[in-house]
Amino acid sequence: MSGPVRIVSEAAQTFSFSRRAAMLGAGQAGIGLLLAGRMGWLAVAENERYSLLAESNRVNLTLIPPRRGWIVDRQGRPIANNRTDFRIDLIPERIEDAEQVLLRLTRLLSLEPDQVERVRRDLKDARGFTPVVVAENLDWERYASVVVRQPELPGVAPSQGYARNYPAGAAVAHLIGYVGAASAEQYQEVKDPLYLAPGFKLGKDGMEKSLEERLRGRPGAKRVEVTARGRPVRDLETRRDVPGATTRLTIHAGLQEYAARRLGDESGAAVVIDCNDGGILAMASMPAYDPNAFSDGIGQLEWGMLRDDDHLPLVNKSVQGLYPPGSTFKPATATALLAAGVDPERVVYCGGGYQLGNRRFGCLGRHGPMNLHRAIARSCNTYFYAMGREIGIERIAAAARALGLGAEYPLPIPSQRYGTVPDAVWKERKYDQQWTQADTLNTSIGQGYLLTSPLQLAVMASRIASGRALVPRLLADAPVVGPSLGVSAEDLARVRAGMDEVVNGAGTAVRSRLQVEGVRMGGKTGTAQVRRIAGGARGGLNVPWKYRDHGLFVCFAPVDNPRYAAAVVIEHGMSGSGAAAPVARDILTYLYDRPKALESLAALEKGWGGDLRTRMAAKEAAYRQAKLAPDPAATPTPVAATTAQAAGE
Amino acid sequence: MRIGELVPAPLTRLPWHMLVLLCAIGGFGVVVLYSAAGGSLTPWAYSQALRFGVFLCMALVLSYVPAHVWGRVALPGYAITLVALLLVELLGAVRGGSQRWLDLGIIRLQPSEFMKPFIVLACAKFYDLLPPNETRRLGGLWPAALLIAMPAGLVMLQPDLGTALMITGGGLTIMFLAGVPLRLFIGGALAFALFVPLAVNFLLHEYQRNRVLIFLDPESDPLGTGYHISQSKIAIGSGGLFGKGFGNGSQVHLDYLPEGHTDFVFATMAEEWGLVGGLLLILAFMLLIRWGMGVAQRAPNRFARLAAAGLATTIFFYVAINLMMVMGLAPVVGIPLPLVSFGGSAQMTTLICIGILMSIDRAATRQPRW
Repeated sequence: MSGPVRIVSEAAQTFSFSRRAAMLGAGQAGIGLLLAGRMGWLAVAENERYSLLAESNRVNLTLIPPRRGWIVDRQGRPIANNRTDFRIDLIPERIEDAEQVLLRLTRLLSLEPDQVERVRRDLKDARGFTPVVVAENLDWERYASVVVRQPELPGVAPSQGYARNYPAGAAVAHLIGYVGAASAEQYQEVKDPLYLAPGFKLGKDGMEKSLEERLRGRPGAKRVEVTARGRPVRDLETRRDVPGATTRLTIHAGLQEYAARRLGDESGAAVVIDCNDGGILAMASMPAYDPNAFSDGIGQLEWGMLRDDDHLPLVNKSVQGLYPPGSTFKPATATALLAAGVDPERVVYCGGGYQLGNRRFGCLGRHGPMNLHRAIARSCNTYFYAMGREIGIERIAAAARALGLGAEYPLPIPSQRYGTVPDAVWKERKYDQQWTQADTLNTSIGQGYLLTSPLQLAVMASRIASGRALVPRLLADAPVVGPSLGVSAEDLARVRAGMDEVVNGAGTAVRSRLQVEGVRMGGKTGTAQVRRIAGGARGGLNVPWKYRDHGLFVCFAPVDNPRYAAAVVIEHGMSGSGAAAPVARDILTYLYDRPKALESLAALEKGWGGDLRTRMAAKEAAYRQAKLAPDPAATPTPVAATTAQAAGE
Repeated sequence: MRIGELVPAPLTRLPWHMLVLLCAIGGFGVVVLYSAAGGSLTPWAYSQALRFGVFLCMALVLSYVPAHVWGRVALPGYAITLVALLLVELLGAVRGGSQRWLDLGIIRLQPSEFMKPFIVLACAKFYDLLPPNETRRLGGLWPAALLIAMPAGLVMLQPDLGTALMITGGGLTIMFLAGVPLRLFIGGALAFALFVPLAVNFLLHEYQRNRVLIFLDPESDPLGTGYHISQSKIAIGSGGLFGKGFGNGSQVHLDYLPEGHTDFVFATMAEEWGLVGGLLLILAFMLLIRWGMGVAQRAPNRFARLAAAGLATTIFFYVAINLMMVMGLAPVVGIPLPLVSFGGSAQMTTLICIGILMSIDRAATRQPRW
């Protein structure tokens, strides 16, 4: 019985095997087709995508930072250019032993301890392929010493590029600004890989910042075939960078440097404007930092020194410093008087002050009978008190605005300050108080609420000198804007005659007369109170520096056909005639008689202790000494080094 | 016909179609390894070629072993291999670290490799011994399940997910062919579908789990575990229709493709030979496997039938798992492409399978003449 069953069963089994083997074979063929299909999909349909990915694996694209456009002066002389730069960076991702590498680099590049500390700090914050700067501006020997050892120093990336160079150094610091590596926030904002390229710098301040777009250029690219571990195999084609556009300024480089040097150790600003087209010929603010050092990134110590300095070397005083114009405002008041129809020959008797109710407003002298001309020349407060009160604040404010005060100009300079031209509406809004006659009196002589920047004072001078509402320009290709001021030629001539008298007649600045054949300078001194000192005492030598009066001077030359206008402000200089006018005289002298101007500067600099660079270096050395001396830990290393050297000899 | 008259009979009886195919695949593998080494016979191509020759001779020798011998050695061989697997596990435990091979002084043996053919032979032998009407009962199920579970479990412990899968697959194939009810497979497949997510979460090692998770989304970890799959797909995809040309594959020559000479050798090949090379290789493997399945159809008895189909399917598993892995259809489980990937173990296992298949084929073709 079991026999036949077994036979049937075995036949069934064989049949079942054949069926199932066929199923298995079909399954295998199906999977075979699936694999073939998948491969076709990858290699044909997705080919483009994967080819790109393979290419981006294979090719390492290194951006070459573009050479920054030059900034040149009106005659094409460089104010900011580029020099070859040898630099060493670290790529955090590729470093194997950070301490070891740092140790070797410290020895090879003879790095200072605080530099090593900075690198160590930067490395901690850095990630991936963002390079960390080790050293820039290396000389060829030190650079080469690292290059030859590069294979033993994974993560070290030497490169050769261009660095920003400012030939005039600190003299152009506030005018031009400086460049620096992009911050992490800036990169996050734009996500431009260029921002991570070693050696790429962008404008951080001044015109470098505001003209960033035209100065930057387009980066080049170096394509290198690399292995998965980043080892370069061969160079592929390289695309050159497109340098940024050269930008020409209205600045006169020589004059700019002269003005900065002439300001000396004072804290102040000088601005010179071309009366033909409103072009700014010089705009100096001192003291200043060295933009070359800033562009390389400065140390904690240097930064501390600049920050702690009470002469504010980090502030561009020519557009950000606001000062009461003091008596330099009187020509503006004078145009307001003439416009209001005041007879210039009308006489006000100066008995040394002006009585308003029970309050007395003082004058610096007892000038006797004053008309407009003499009042400007002698800077008589009494005259302007009386006349200003008569025409009222609105007319004075209107004249001040017409002359360019209280305004911001279309200049490629970040953060200009407007200052204040006060009037009744302004006071109401600002202090919620009524305008008083006393306010009008104070404003008439450039005190009170009135605040101006040195640039605005220079614009005022240029407008009085030219009779046109010149708008200052810095870019050579900026349009010339100079419509008529709307003041009659006769009125302007009267004001200018008063200013001529200031310098060349019986005025306050006769000692600063221009020593140039055939050229006379007209001007107006100003001494602005820094704080109200009881009893009418002025801030002179008997008070601490920071409470002393500011010295101001506005001027133009030649008197009969003005070509140049200038303003000089010396913070806490005590008087306009003593501190500011001589500076303005020398600056204008430079424009007419360069050797003479340089000669007088040379004499002055000898007295000050060397030229700008020497003095800045000395100051820094002294600061460093003072900061490091009390710290005994910092000294042993150099001592030990000296001893070893001595022993070696 | 004419060849039959000119060449001695023992030679004409060799399965020449298959041998040509085999040598073509092996030879192509050597060529690919030559390129992978940057156009050099060392370190891979030369020793691969040498080993291929040695193992091919071994396969030819195996082909002269009478087919019924395989039935006799199936269970003892399985038992010895299982003991060796256990030994490996114990040694690993003693030495504190996972280990996959036994060092016998002269050679290192990897018992899990031998288990791939022996699980097939053992299961085939079991179903050969089993009375036919038992096949569909429980008695025909659990011994086979145990035969599979023991080695698979031991290999899993090593841990070697790929080999464990292949052992399980080989055993299951025999069960399927032997006539175990279809519903069990369907039910098993469903259970498996439920089990996998659980296994991934609770049974697999951390690195295995990562591989599975990253397989599902390779781009989530392009520089870590997903790197293998991503780079492999880039190599295959960038090869295009005709490839980048011999010796021009940037992915492998610049070291972007990891394991470009072992598990991911197919990607190395595809980058340089393109879709054309890949399809030809897949076709060659499919023909080789079809020959194996054909041997099974012709085989003289139940054991030989089951064994032949199982061995052919073992080769199929190698190819299928490896290709799915390199093309991003399966997680990276470390299964090489037989005969092409550099490495002796898979080469040996594959040629043992081929040798046994030839031996069965010889029995099948001789039988009608008797």
